[in-house]
Amino acid sequence: AEGVVCGHDLFVASAMEPPDNILKVKTHRRGKDILIDHNYLEIASPTTSTKFGHYYDISKTMSPELLQSIKWHSFYLPEELSLEPKLKMCNMNCGYANLLHSIQRVIYQEGFDGSHPQKKQKNILRIGIQSLGSLLWGDDICSSDTPEDIHSLTKFLYVLRGLLRKSLSACIITVPSHLIQNKAIMERVTNLSDMVVGLESFIGSERETNPLYKDYHGLLHVHQIPRLNSLICDVSDTKDLAFRLKRKQFTIEVREAVLFHYFEPKRWNTWENRPTPTSLELEDFLVFHFHSSLIFFFLITLAVGARQLLETREEHLSSRLLILTQAERLCMGRRFFTAFHIFNELPCKGYGLSLFSAKASTQRGICSH
Amino acid sequence: MTEVSSTRSVKARCGSFLVGTERGVQREGFQVAGRSSTAGSMSAAASPQGKFTLLRDTGTDGSFLVHHFLSFYLRAGCKVCFVALLQSFSHYNIVAQKLGVSLTAARERGQLVFLEGLKSCLDLLFGEEEPSGEPSPLQFISGSTSNLKALFDFVRTSLTPADSASWKGPVLLVDDLSVLLSLGAAPVAVLDFIHYCRVVVCSQLQGNIVVLVHGSEDAEDEENDLVGNSLGHHSDLILWVEGLATGFCKDVHGEIKIIKRLSLESTEQDLVQVYQYKIQERNVTFFARGLSAAVL
Repeated sequence: AEGVVCGHDLFVASAMEPPDNILKVKTHRRGKDILIDHNYLEIASPTTSTKFGHYYDISKTMSPELLQSIKWHSFYLPEELSLEPKLKMCNMNCGYANLLHSIQRVIYQEGFDGSHPQKKQKNILRIGIQSLGSLLWGDDICSSDTPEDIHSLTKFLYVLRGLLRKSLSACIITVPSHLIQNKAIMERVTNLSDMVVGLESFIGSERETNPLYKDYHGLLHVHQIPRLNSLICDVSDTKDLAFRLKRKQFTIEVREAVLFHYFEPKRWNTWENRPTPTSLELEDFLVFHFHSSLIFFFLITLAVGARQLLETREEHLSSRLLILTQAERLCMGRRFFTAFHIFNELPCKGYGLSLFSAKASTQRGICSH
Repeated sequence: MTEVSSTRSVKARCGSFLVGTERGVQREGFQVAGRSSTAGSMSAAASPQGKFTLLRDTGTDGSFLVHHFLSFYLRAGCKVCFVALLQSFSHYNIVAQKLGVSLTAARERGQLVFLEGLKSCLDLLFGEEEPSGEPSPLQFISGSTSNLKALFDFVRTSLTPADSASWKGPVLLVDDLSVLLSLGAAPVAVLDFIHYCRVVVCSQLQGNIVVLVHGSEDAEDEENDLVGNSLGHHSDLILWVEGLATGFCKDVHGEIKIIKRLSLESTEQDLVQVYQYKIQERNVTFFARGLSAAVL
């Protein structure tokens, strides 16, 4: 949603369902249509692009006009495999090889890697890959302790990292880590990613009835923060994060009761009316809802080198954190969705990516990094 | 060996760490505070050659050591071959500029040979055939060979001195050997590669090697542990960086254990020192355990 609002190009890849369903639209089904998920909406009045992040209302769908204003590309594995079933790349899984070729083609053709200098308008490509590593991608790391090819996923991530580093793109990947038995793979995957975030839901676990957690639906674990272009990284002081889903909003909050009084998102009609930070310097939240007792790792690889290509500081296109555009459908029985208050906290000088969109003012939040 | 001189030799081996008075002395971007030793810093040229340094990090990011060694050796005038597998050139360049060294200038004057793993991998997979006919250093990714010979050949040709070269001892720096394991190299192949590099760089050319092996706290990756432990047995100096056992702290980012092998033949105990550190924007401060500036 954030990509649509900011006018960036999208690339949505899925093996589970047609990317059309991820961004559902009533009219077009194929081709370059944008699909928005029916749970996934946008509020009527997005604020100006200089501020980071927008609010989204999960109970409505995105207007088709907004969707048509951007260009998006889709990758639906069953279709792609039927076209090129034999594509091989360095002993990698066929599905991954196809996906890499597809991403590389889009990056090259649309000029995100600077290969078409005559293009006047530079844009960012936001890539979303759903459920990487699951059985649907043809990888058996989720289904067996001793997978046949344990290097496919890590090779894929390495090549993807290379593609992102040399182009103006950012990628968010969801991985069903609860299904992966081999911990060594998860360690390698974490090492190859820039930012790793995990969501843990209380549903189905003993924490659901724990009075400590009664206001929340799950915990948010930040496993790794990127340390790019700098010796230090921007580590938040607050590590105890939880999320909850309300009817229209999904929020991530610092898990302390006293802080709630300062933040009641529904009172924020516009960005200007938001409560000012207290002396504790509380930050904004990102709200997630997570309804299954599974831990998902979101691996996000960022394109840092691309930053030098952009001239406008306001764009901050080098790396953006896309927080999960959709949760793990495959694990969720019911229709579940989330709206994301997506962060566009971008490192200007590469101090790393902050999960929290800190003080909204561009001076502090974005440029200070 | 008296205590003072053994400390001195440790500092000499460490080379890069500066030991000063309680106030600490700032130099080369790193400083050690709170130490009362009298030993001074040693430049890279005066420090012993032919040494193998292993950097290990578990549970935290030890790449600040790589940045440090890179800028240290470049400033000392050594010829450096940097195999950077995890990050792009611009990342290292920007950090090195904060530490006072320009990688672009070093590369242009031939002092630095930089292998950007990410770019090389992309060229291998998506690029056209090499016009010069040389195999890509990361050829093992494509599966055609299972050993790292191409990478070793790259290292050898870049560090073997040419006629007009006037640099001091060659140095091989590898950022993250664990990435090679992720890319499909067998642990034995990685160890063979390091062995060949040691023969050429340490023994024949009297240069130094610095290698980073990244691990995690849970130590579930057996192959990674195998490589790390095996290299540890062969190293002259091990710098082991770990996060604090008690969790995250704003003022102390982690602990570093310096293990110095006094002699590979004799049965003397290794010298072990533990410091804690805090990373700042252009600097890393080391201090004795419990003596963080925030506490004092």
